[in-house]
Amino acid sequence: MLLDHLWPNRRIPLAWLLLTRQPGRLLVALAGISFAGILMFLQLGFRDGLFDASVTLHKRFAADLVLVSPRTMSSIAMASFPRRRLVQVMADPEVAGTTPVHWNFLLWRNPQTRTTRSILVVGFEPGDPLFTDTDLVARTYVLSQRGRVLFDALSRPEFGPIADWYKQGRTIETEVAGKRVRVAGLVELGPSFGADGNLLTSSETFLQLMPDLAPGSIELGLIRLIPGADPATVAARLKSHLPEDVAIYTKQGFVEFEKKYWQTSTAIGFIFTLGTAMGFVVGCVIVYQILHSDVSDHLPEYATLMAMGYPFPQLLGVVAREGLLLALLGYLPAWLAGQGLYTLIRTGTKLPVAMDGARSLLVFGMILTMCLGSALMAMRKLGDADPAEIF
Amino acid sequence: MAGATSSIEGLPLPDTAPASLVVRDLQHWFGSGANRRQVLDGVGLTIRTGEVVLLTGPSGCGKTTLLTLVGALRQVMAGSVQLFGQELHGAARRERQLLRRQIGMIFQGHNLLRCLSAEQNVQMGADLLPGLGYRARRDLSRQWLRAVGLGDHLAKLPHDLSGGQKQRVAIARALAAQPRLLLADEPTAALDSRTGREVVELLRRLARDQGCSVLMVTHDPRILDVADRLVEMEDGRLSEASISGRALSGSVG
Repeated sequence: MLLDHLWPNRRIPLAWLLLTRQPGRLLVALAGISFAGILMFLQLGFRDGLFDASVTLHKRFAADLVLVSPRTMSSIAMASFPRRRLVQVMADPEVAGTTPVHWNFLLWRNPQTRTTRSILVVGFEPGDPLFTDTDLVARTYVLSQRGRVLFDALSRPEFGPIADWYKQGRTIETEVAGKRVRVAGLVELGPSFGADGNLLTSSETFLQLMPDLAPGSIELGLIRLIPGADPATVAARLKSHLPEDVAIYTKQGFVEFEKKYWQTSTAIGFIFTLGTAMGFVVGCVIVYQILHSDVSDHLPEYATLMAMGYPFPQLLGVVAREGLLLALLGYLPAWLAGQGLYTLIRTGTKLPVAMDGARSLLVFGMILTMCLGSALMAMRKLGDADPAEIF
Repeated sequence: MAGATSSIEGLPLPDTAPASLVVRDLQHWFGSGANRRQVLDGVGLTIRTGEVVLLTGPSGCGKTTLLTLVGALRQVMAGSVQLFGQELHGAARRERQLLRRQIGMIFQGHNLLRCLSAEQNVQMGADLLPGLGYRARRDLSRQWLRAVGLGDHLAKLPHDLSGGQKQRVAIARALAAQPRLLLADEPTAALDSRTGREVVELLRRLARDQGCSVLMVTHDPRILDVADRLVEMEDGRLSEASISGRALSGSVG
């Protein structure tokens, strides 16, 4: 046999046999561990997905540095600042270009059901590089005509069957903030945490939709640097020149800033971390129960092995291996179920949830800790095995 | 079997054979203070290599306690127990654990591992042998199971075996570790008389082939004749029984 060559000095796989010769108990244990694993995958997936979703647009901005108002706390409440600041920024020799952006939530009327719903409207000069996706930028020229908008095809369905209608060639006209607009095309951006849907339009149309907006004020300023410039250095320099009515971030810093808002200012992080911890605790209890009763049931047999001359640490090793095997066998179905659930979540909620390496490893680490920790606890019971009592 | 060094079946052992076990003035008690109860009170016993000694006595007289002390399962409190020349009094846990590898134990309730097949149970004994590969140890286990007449039941789990078969597996397991001393505590208690007789004779024959000494506690009067020597315990003391088992063994061996 091949195994004889690969591993000539192996012994009877006692841990494996202890587990597999009691299939009922093993099944319960694996169901428990998998359940705990699935719970952890689900909670962590939701948490990370929600945080990632909060920056779906942020990640796409064609910017090295971002200018916002210091009163801006998150993308759902963008305060405005004077557009001049962006002009001042242009004076810096390492700044290559800027894009002034309007940003606000306005009421969109579903053309099918006539109900209204808040949608994120982003206004900018057509042709200006707003997103890194240059293909998308080319399509924005249709916005030069007044009253035209580009609709995000990935928006939640509550906004109406816009994408389907558009693809059928229908002319879609509806109201945004009580003003008539026409859908001039589709883009694919994806809903974010704060915004269920997105609309792109020109600055001119944007100002038309919001006539009360103070002239010369914007919500977001994108700054692009010349190649080779260090964003952090330029940000520091610009910060020292600019008045206190703007805050400057690197693009990554802006992404983190937005995520941090959702992590700290909302209970989301806490709720889902708590959910993960619950899964962990439930798993610990189940595995401990299983291993403890397994050791208790086999106590005379462990004592017999001790009487035969097996050293105590070797018996502890058997329990530890049982824990390890449970972790490995329980993780696999949890991972597979996690994949399936993530697909469900993606289609159901359009949240960007995917199985990534870091989370797979994290959950595996937690399951491993759970199983080995429980094994460690169950080992204390092994101390009750007294070979002198078995005669 | 490998390592057989002892006398040929049927020939009396020479009196000069080296002693496997020497017990001198062994004292043992349970509890402490007013509840202290003396169990062994000055036990002395010598078992020479290859000798089969039967220990009888009323229940509760300390036979099992003596077995656990001799088997290095319990700390010696007072007196001396020398196993293969090594003193057990004051021996550390680790020393006792290593010594136990040279002692085979057979229990009243066979104590097989329920989750292992007969073959795997025996291999748990063979796995204690150093320097043997998996295959060699497995072959050894099979050999032992065939020697106890269970060659056709290798893959059976303990609950599929009869009481006598289980006890045979236990014997094979004890012998597979190539012990120098075999301790048995009423191995026939759970068996009917014919099976009990067979098991004990098998035990004696295989132990003899191995040059392995045997100390067997029994209440069963039908098996006394397999012994080289018979000792009786009463009130924590040992006395040599009047009949010599050796003399009887010729008629059944």
